Amino acid sequence: MWQFFHKLGSPKWFYGIAGRLMPWFLVPGLLLLLTGIVWGLAFAPPDYLQGNSYRIIYIHVPTAFLAQACYVMMAAAGLVTLVWRLKLADVFVKAVAPVGAVVTFLALFTGSVWGKPTWGTWWIWDARLTSMLILLFLYFGVIALGNAIADEKSAARAVAVLVLVGVVNIPIIKYSVEWWNTLHQPATLKLTEKPSMPPEMWVPLVLSIVGLYLLFGWLACLRMQTEILHRERRARWVRELVE
Amino acid sequence: MSAMQKLPRLTPKQESVPVWPACWAVLRRDLLSSLRQRQDLFNPLVFFVMVVSLFPLGVSPEKAFLSEAGAGILWVAALLSTLLSLDHLFRHDFEEGVLEQLLLQPQPLYLIVLTKVFAHWLVTGVPLILMTPLLGLMLQLDGNSIACLCLTLLLGTPVLSFIGAIGAALTLGLRSAGILLSLLVIPLYIPVLIFGTGTVMAAGQGLPITSHLALLGALLVLALTCAPFATAAALRISVSNS
Repeated sequence: MWQFFHKLGSPKWFYGIAGRLMPWFLVPGLLLLLTGIVWGLAFAPPDYLQGNSYRIIYIHVPTAFLAQACYVMMAAAGLVTLVWRLKLADVFVKAVAPVGAVVTFLALFTGSVWGKPTWGTWWIWDARLTSMLILLFLYFGVIALGNAIADEKSAARAVAVLVLVGVVNIPIIKYSVEWWNTLHQPATLKLTEKPSMPPEMWVPLVLSIVGLYLLFGWLACLRMQTEILHRERRARWVRELVE
Repeated sequence: MSAMQKLPRLTPKQESVPVWPACWAVLRRDLLSSLRQRQDLFNPLVFFVMVVSLFPLGVSPEKAFLSEAGAGILWVAALLSTLLSLDHLFRHDFEEGVLEQLLLQPQPLYLIVLTKVFAHWLVTGVPLILMTPLLGLMLQLDGNSIACLCLTLLLGTPVLSFIGAIGAALTLGLRSAGILLSLLVIPLYIPVLIFGTGTVMAAGQGLPITSHLALLGALLVLALTCAPFATAAALRISVSNS
């Protein structure tokens, strides 16, 4: 157990592991995501009320899920940085924050595209949309603070504190559709309940969610590898690797 | 016999650390130093008044618009003015080395931070609240709305100070601290703003406001109990970085 922790703290070890894991994330991730999206966009039955416009759900819901999950993962990594000072945890936060920002933007963008035909407006200032916008701002803040502090260790801990403070927003996003009356519909999928859609609608949705998560894992590994190479650029193993 | 049955004291008696005198001293020092730097005290207030006066001139001086938007304008102006004043919260102490001494004190940093933020609120938040009725009249708000607005500011501005202190501590000693501080803190300010203005709007429509006030109070309690922890951690990071 302790040996595992020590290994986990070693960037060199993780570099190798990430390299071996990446194909296992990339290939199934691409397959699942493509299957889910093609199935959802072309073959799933149209909605009785929204017709074909609902099909953007197959992009909107996965990105919105991942936007929040990515922040929660960053917060967990931030806690690890503060408590155990694991270098890798900070590498993760730094590598993943821009990905999270992009995914949050995609969720907002697809939501807005979906809002036009169903609600008749691109944007409304309701609880769910506003709290997602705050999430995007939080990602920007995390990226900006990480870039502003020159010293690597201080930057890691300061960013960890900020990420942990911002985690307050996550339950607000999650429950915003239940606490307030909004135009946004309640949660589409719940782990504890049977989905309210027929299987030929929700199976492709689950496929694309899992696919996007796997692709996120691939991207996280890739970006962490890059970050490790940059940080350890003076180490001998990196020089040997590059040459 | 009875003497032998007594267990020997294994741990030496902890010297009790006087907590309240230290907090009192910090409060007194902070208030005194801001009274002696009056310009720092007045600038956020003047800024508050100026931002408020921009809206009737820039958007519309109509009574209908102002009484509709007045509460929001005053809240946004109070938020921005708090944001500007945050820079002073730790910077002087940091540059003069006082902050390092405070970190070395045996008293819990949590309480010292709490006291410092309270002192900051006394010299920046309270004047804003006192100024609000006058500006409310200029923005054509009715008496009921103004009273409600003052109440929400009384609950809300301490939250702004406590959340802002985290940002101020995180950006301490950085080159572009000002803009970065706004970037970090504004997302966390948005809920306070929403509940604050929501209360006044509910009051304007004659709806009950107790639930809104309870939410603001809950935000205050959350900020009061959690934010000083984060601020203290951030201060340690920033001071060890310099």
